[in-house]
Amino acid sequence: MERATLRKIGARSLHVLVLAFFIVALAFPFFWMVVATFKQNIDLYTVENNPFLFNLPPTLEHLRFLFGETRFVRWLGNTALVGVLVVAITLLLAVPAAYALARLAGRWGERLGIAIFLTYLIPPTLLFIPLSRVVAILGLQDSIFSVVLVYPSMTIPFSIWLLMGFFKSIPRELEDAAMVDGLTRFQAFLRMVVPISVSGILTVVIFAFTLVTQEFVYALTFISPERNQMVGVGIPIYLVRGDVYYWGSLMAACLVASLPIAVIYNLFLDRFIAGFTVGSIK
Amino acid sequence: MSRTSGTSTGAGQTPALAIAMFAPAVLFIALLVGVPFVLAVLYAFSDARIGTSGFHLVGLENFRSILQSPSFRKALRNSVVFTLCAQVIVILCSNVLAMALEKPFRGRGLVRFLILLPWVAPVSLGTIGWKWILDSIYSVITWVLVALHIYRPYSAPMWLGEPHLAMASVILVHCWRLIPFSAVIMLAGRSAIPREIPEAAAIDGAGFWRTLFQINIPMMTPILSVAVLFGIIFTFTDMTVVYILTAGGPFDSTQTLPSLAFATGIAGSDLAAGAAISLFLVPVLVGVAYLMLRVAHRAEVV
Repeated sequence: MERATLRKIGARSLHVLVLAFFIVALAFPFFWMVVATFKQNIDLYTVENNPFLFNLPPTLEHLRFLFGETRFVRWLGNTALVGVLVVAITLLLAVPAAYALARLAGRWGERLGIAIFLTYLIPPTLLFIPLSRVVAILGLQDSIFSVVLVYPSMTIPFSIWLLMGFFKSIPRELEDAAMVDGLTRFQAFLRMVVPISVSGILTVVIFAFTLVTQEFVYALTFISPERNQMVGVGIPIYLVRGDVYYWGSLMAACLVASLPIAVIYNLFLDRFIAGFTVGSIK
Repeated sequence: MSRTSGTSTGAGQTPALAIAMFAPAVLFIALLVGVPFVLAVLYAFSDARIGTSGFHLVGLENFRSILQSPSFRKALRNSVVFTLCAQVIVILCSNVLAMALEKPFRGRGLVRFLILLPWVAPVSLGTIGWKWILDSIYSVITWVLVALHIYRPYSAPMWLGEPHLAMASVILVHCWRLIPFSAVIMLAGRSAIPREIPEAAAIDGAGFWRTLFQINIPMMTPILSVAVLFGIIFTFTDMTVVYILTAGGPFDSTQTLPSLAFATGIAGSDLAAGAAISLFLVPVLVGVAYLMLRVAHRAEVV
């Protein structure tokens, strides 16, 4: 009995220890961003100061600099605009395609679905060189529309994959009944299937939007002017003047831009993971 | 379940509508993934450069010159080393983390959010956070080591300035980013194991290790392979972490295939050589795709 209690306490403290280790290791960079955001420069850049303490009173100067004297807000705006457009294009192309592959094309559709999923594995670092020239030929270089054009090629495959699974879970009697009532197949899809698929469609919206905020390679390759940057490239590349890092405002920018995305992504993560596991869990 | 009813409608019922519904998406992907891929192959055998519009095919010239370049050989080796080291660490850590997250406890939602931050926050921004932590002068790690009297002030190494430490840093940041992703996949896999099986094993007297090796690991092989395969792709083809953390330096010691392709093809304007370098990603991608299909297929049959 005594031994069992000891064992239980041991197991519990091990559990807490493991969790604590991972929380510190994984969340520390973000904690460190918070600290740098509110520290005065003299405090940040005095090597002898204990970096874990506020040796001088906290300041909002870095946030003021970020919002007042950099193009940070503009980058947020660019990213939001690109995000909305990419989401729209993704939905327009992926929703009907997923439905067709889930319902209409039978076994052949399943194979095409897997082929489309595999294109999701093709990374930007394989295609960015030829695409840089395609973008230049189309006259989209340095414009945010370069990424508006290219990002859907990354979001559509995985979105089709996610939605295919979703549509398959809807009983087909629903459309059959609607078609008996005189609707065409396409009308049945629009009026019966789409409205009850809101949660699947929302998952795709979040997936496409967060991908836009996370992408780095294409935005870095296609867009040079500072004012047209996406937030993920603008912060690491253009908040640095020459060799001078404005660490305070840099960390503030990382924090402000990451947290909302992290919160939203976190809410939908389980659904993305279900898509990633490619049917290897039943 | 849905598969059997899927065949009942067959391909013949409304093929015109089906084609009209998926053709735009397929066409879009063909134009923006298929065409660039063909172009990448063409460029690799050409003399295309930024600033000139046409190009001539030059055969294996680009491959001959990049295979002779020491930067390329370093990049190839680094890419393999980074990917393998990161996968080993990620699989070990994410399994432990998944086990710890599996048990219900108070504040699990918040803990999950904190643990997932590296994966859900934009990678370029998280990496900037690490650049500050590993800074040559203001590094918090250095401060702690000095405070513990492990190093004298101003004598600690520059984490990103010395080849081996820079490599270790890049690997570590990759692991940091992938562990949450991998752990969530493992968690999904573990929760799919029917509870009765480990319970029955426990009644039959199987201990922790035996349950782990004879039940959990075999049952999780498909999901484990999915996590590893995605991990390989995300590490092997990534250039963001390297580009921001070290830009491939010092002296190409952390250069990888993608970062070298960018440095050569975009920053250096030599599209042809850049395309040739990035083509070396293809064999790994094909291998991963093949294994992924096998995993999916096996899961369907079982």
